[in-house]
Amino acid sequence: MIDFDIQTWIKVAAFSGGGLAMGLGAIGAAVGEGYTAAQANAAISRNPKLAGDVFKTMLMGQAIAESASIFALVVAMLLLFSKFPAQSYLTAWVLLSAGLSMGFGAIGAGIGAGFPAGAACTGMIRQPAASNRLMTNMLIGSAVCQTPAIFALVTAFILLFSNFSGRPVSPTWAAMLGAGLAAGLGAIGSGIGSGLVAESGCEGTARQPQSAPTILNVMLLGQAVTQTTAIYGLLISFILIFKDAPATDALAPAMALISAGICMGIGAIGPGVGEGFTARSAVSWVARSPDMVAEITRVMLVGQAVAESTGIYSLVIALVLIFVI
Amino acid sequence: MAIEGADLVKAAAYLGAGISMGLGAIGPGVGEGMAAAKACEAIGKNPKEAGLLTRTMLVGQAVSESTGIYSLVIALLLLFVV
Repeated sequence: MIDFDIQTWIKVAAFSGGGLAMGLGAIGAAVGEGYTAAQANAAISRNPKLAGDVFKTMLMGQAIAESASIFALVVAMLLLFSKFPAQSYLTAWVLLSAGLSMGFGAIGAGIGAGFPAGAACTGMIRQPAASNRLMTNMLIGSAVCQTPAIFALVTAFILLFSNFSGRPVSPTWAAMLGAGLAAGLGAIGSGIGSGLVAESGCEGTARQPQSAPTILNVMLLGQAVTQTTAIYGLLISFILIFKDAPATDALAPAMALISAGICMGIGAIGPGVGEGFTARSAVSWVARSPDMVAEITRVMLVGQAVAESTGIYSLVIALVLIFVI
Repeated sequence: MAIEGADLVKAAAYLGAGISMGLGAIGPGVGEGMAAAKACEAIGKNPKEAGLLTRTMLVGQAVSESTGIYSLVIALLLLFVV
């Protein structure tokens, strides 16, 4: 019943992958932009005279939050309209994986970039004199939120444009699917976490414009730590894509590879969000008492290191699944 | 492709290990992050008690880490023992 030729399967995978990329990829940006618009409206209602500034900030913030979902649109278009080589069933799995990677990868960045944009809109009303600093802080903060989506985009492009024709179909199909899931799911937590940090960076800049440089430093440090688990996801996905697995018809080696991707991808979500909570709080207290930056940063880093531990367990289990089993 | 029983069991064990550690890592990551967030806030309000607050944070995080370690143990059992 499922005895179709390779070309048919590749089309099936490309169209399903394109649908998944755009469908999943639309979630985050819409949520983030909605949050921004809600904050903008609340801000304008407090001081309608500054509506123009708030409106401008809202549109800038929403444009950045939109970028992750534009990446998803590009990948979906490529999947729909490119011609793919049809020597092997592997191509079908690769295309599906590229779609999943970009779709999941866009969720976190979209939601995350909405937080600083919303806080910047509120801040414009609270402190109109600091609007330039606020805008800079928002742009830097939400740009960092996009990095995990860019990791997912890189993975999707590598999957779409590499030539895997010399590799055995089994178990490489599982490695490819695992790679997409590791990079895609792994991007969710870091995107949301970085957004939380940038939100309090914008809020702090509006409340205490004089401590803006200190706030920016701590914000970038906190965001960098939240990105680590997305980098683990990217690492596992590169290992899965480029490591040659010996050909076998057995199911277990294939499941080990796909499991490594799922383990690292899902395992990266929690630490990313949690470290974001920590850094959000640290940034907001550095804004209130900038002279205590050393103590607060130390506690932040210790707390984030502990929250990172389960991400490292996931990395270890994923590496064991790939190299030891 | 004929799949043997033993192969299927191994495949399920490997998949289970990944899912166990992956899902198990979400809760502790978020929870420990919240604990550390409150510690930052508390030290911001009352810097003199930084030592006490850091100790409490670490003990609380260690307890919330336990489910992550259970997941790790189950994943290792699935990979190497079962």
